[in-house]
Amino acid sequence: MLKEILIKGFEKFNAGLNGEADNPIHAIRNNAFALFEQQGFPHKKLEDWKYTRLSKLVQNEFNIPDSASIDENSVKPFLIPELKSNLIVMVNGIYNKELSDIKGGEEYFIGSISDGAEKYPDLVEKYFAKISNFTLNPLSALNTAFAREGVMIYTGKNTGIELPVYILNLIDAQNSLPIAQPRNLFIASEGSSFKVIEDFHTIGSNTNYTNAITEIYCGKNSNVEYYKIQDDSDKSFHTGSTDVKQERDSLFTATTISWGGSLIRNNLNILLNDENIETHMYGLFYARNREHIDNQTFVDHAKPHCESNELYKGIIDDNATGVFNGKIMVRTDAQKTNAYQSNNNILLSENATIYAKPQLEIFADDVKCSHGATTGQLDKDAMFYLRARSIGENEAKVLLLNAFASDVLDKITIEELQAHLRNLLLKKLKREL
Amino acid sequence: MLTIKNLNARIEEKEILKGLNLQINAGEVHAIMGPNGSGKSTLASVLAGREDYEVTDGEVLFEGKNLFDLAPEERAREGLFLAFQYPVEIPGVSNINFMKTAMNEIRKHKGEEPYSAPEFMKLVKEKAALLGLDKEMLSRYVNVGFSGGEKKRNEIFQLAVMQPKLAILDETDSGLDIDALKTVSNGVNSLKSDNNAFLVITHYQRLLNYIVPDFVHIMYDGKIVKSGDKELALHLEEFGYDFIKNQEVGV
Repeated sequence: MLKEILIKGFEKFNAGLNGEADNPIHAIRNNAFALFEQQGFPHKKLEDWKYTRLSKLVQNEFNIPDSASIDENSVKPFLIPELKSNLIVMVNGIYNKELSDIKGGEEYFIGSISDGAEKYPDLVEKYFAKISNFTLNPLSALNTAFAREGVMIYTGKNTGIELPVYILNLIDAQNSLPIAQPRNLFIASEGSSFKVIEDFHTIGSNTNYTNAITEIYCGKNSNVEYYKIQDDSDKSFHTGSTDVKQERDSLFTATTISWGGSLIRNNLNILLNDENIETHMYGLFYARNREHIDNQTFVDHAKPHCESNELYKGIIDDNATGVFNGKIMVRTDAQKTNAYQSNNNILLSENATIYAKPQLEIFADDVKCSHGATTGQLDKDAMFYLRARSIGENEAKVLLLNAFASDVLDKITIEELQAHLRNLLLKKLKREL
Repeated sequence: MLTIKNLNARIEEKEILKGLNLQINAGEVHAIMGPNGSGKSTLASVLAGREDYEVTDGEVLFEGKNLFDLAPEERAREGLFLAFQYPVEIPGVSNINFMKTAMNEIRKHKGEEPYSAPEFMKLVKEKAALLGLDKEMLSRYVNVGFSGGEKKRNEIFQLAVMQPKLAILDETDSGLDIDALKTVSNGVNSLKSDNNAFLVITHYQRLLNYIVPDFVHIMYDGKIVKSGDKELALHLEEFGYDFIKNQEVGV
């Protein structure tokens, strides 16, 4: 079983980390692992895991890779065309310096989390494993135990990173059944801004598992745009959590696109920790064959005068399953909150399934909150209208689904990324990919 | 061009068309009039291939081909066009992209190369001007937020761009004010030629002052019960549908 493999793996991993005892990341490893060991993988009796079972994941004989190297040519096919960026290539969850291309700048830091910990020990001490609370989430504890060479981004006060930070996560499943546990920490100081893309792909046809954690701290009046793209293979398992803390006057936008993987479970947790904060959460998922895609979002309005806005759209075909669970918490203090949530799903086959669960918990009395969830099939009248204008049945379907997805893709502000995703979506809808 | 013989059709268990016959030749304009529930719009839907209807008997030949062997998109590619009574809103698809996709399907069917962007824009601008359509309407999503009149004009605009052999206008006049009615009619009249034909379905004679038919048919209870020239429409306007009903009962 996977848990036993991880226990053995952790002993070996820990023994190999001699001399890092002072590292603030290292200091909490043992605690985190003990927690995982005690709780194990989440099971279906937990309310949040009712629709997503990990039984198929934990039965695999995975390997914990020590290091991995791939050549430049195997990276190229995955790059987003035309995109000028600060490129970071991660292989099996580990930062690869040779393949990365960081433009660099005086006022910010982009690099590995261990280099970051050397340069900014206080910052890492202050934020690492503080935004993502691993005591509540055994998968986060597992990631924390194995955290090593993830990405750290730090922007100084009133600065910005001109080009987006593009993190290409490759998992090498050619010769083994790898586990990757990327661990990222992004810190935007007061008044600073950046855009960051996490893009996940698989090389090779073996079963593989990614357990990812990203922590994001949005300082006062900062502006952070975060994209997570999942385009792994049909042998890929992905569990991941993006945990965000926003301070006063900050603006945070998350866009999550999931359309490749055997099982995907995303958590997006955002704490609105002060006043006048704005938060946007966009999501698009397209599940085919036997894929299972689960998105759980939690936005926590803790203080007054904040606004959150959420739009998730799902297309589910064949025997695939989608899950959307969107929780909005408005605490007693959070008067004058505006919180909107919308989730729309299209089922394309009789065997496709969606579990949609909007969850509003409101404890303040002067708020504006709304949510709407719809699930349906393609509009029959629209299909006939298109066909009566000579557009074939498949082409009409592609046109309508493309339009349905556009509401989310339109929100992407990085032009090259938007064009790339539109192109990919069309190919996927036409089953060319 | 179009031959309908003994057409019977139903929706769910309800028989609507009960042995309808009609012959339309190139260069002709036919009008079908009739009271509500007589089956006018069912005829239009059956010809365009809407799946809710089941044809139980009879045949329809379009340019020598059995219409019921063709999917809706194949009928359109062969040159059959239905201007919808209730045009459908399609959020996320722009009018211009919609028309371009449609036109290129037709060109592919004819073995022609797709339009180049400038060629297509030229065609579209010319036809938009004909219907007094705002340029801005072309980039808007198909029928989304359009007024009733704008939707109908958009249908005739599509007709003008696609230039079908046979155009069926299903109550295109209903809900139009007199100015919009004139614009739409002028559009249709300018498209008339010896090579195409129109089937105008309407409840009111008013439209036929502008689109003058060669033949007028009166439909009642799923059949054509009387045919004549444009004078028949005027007669109907004067005496109402009751004279048909009374005649029917008398027969």
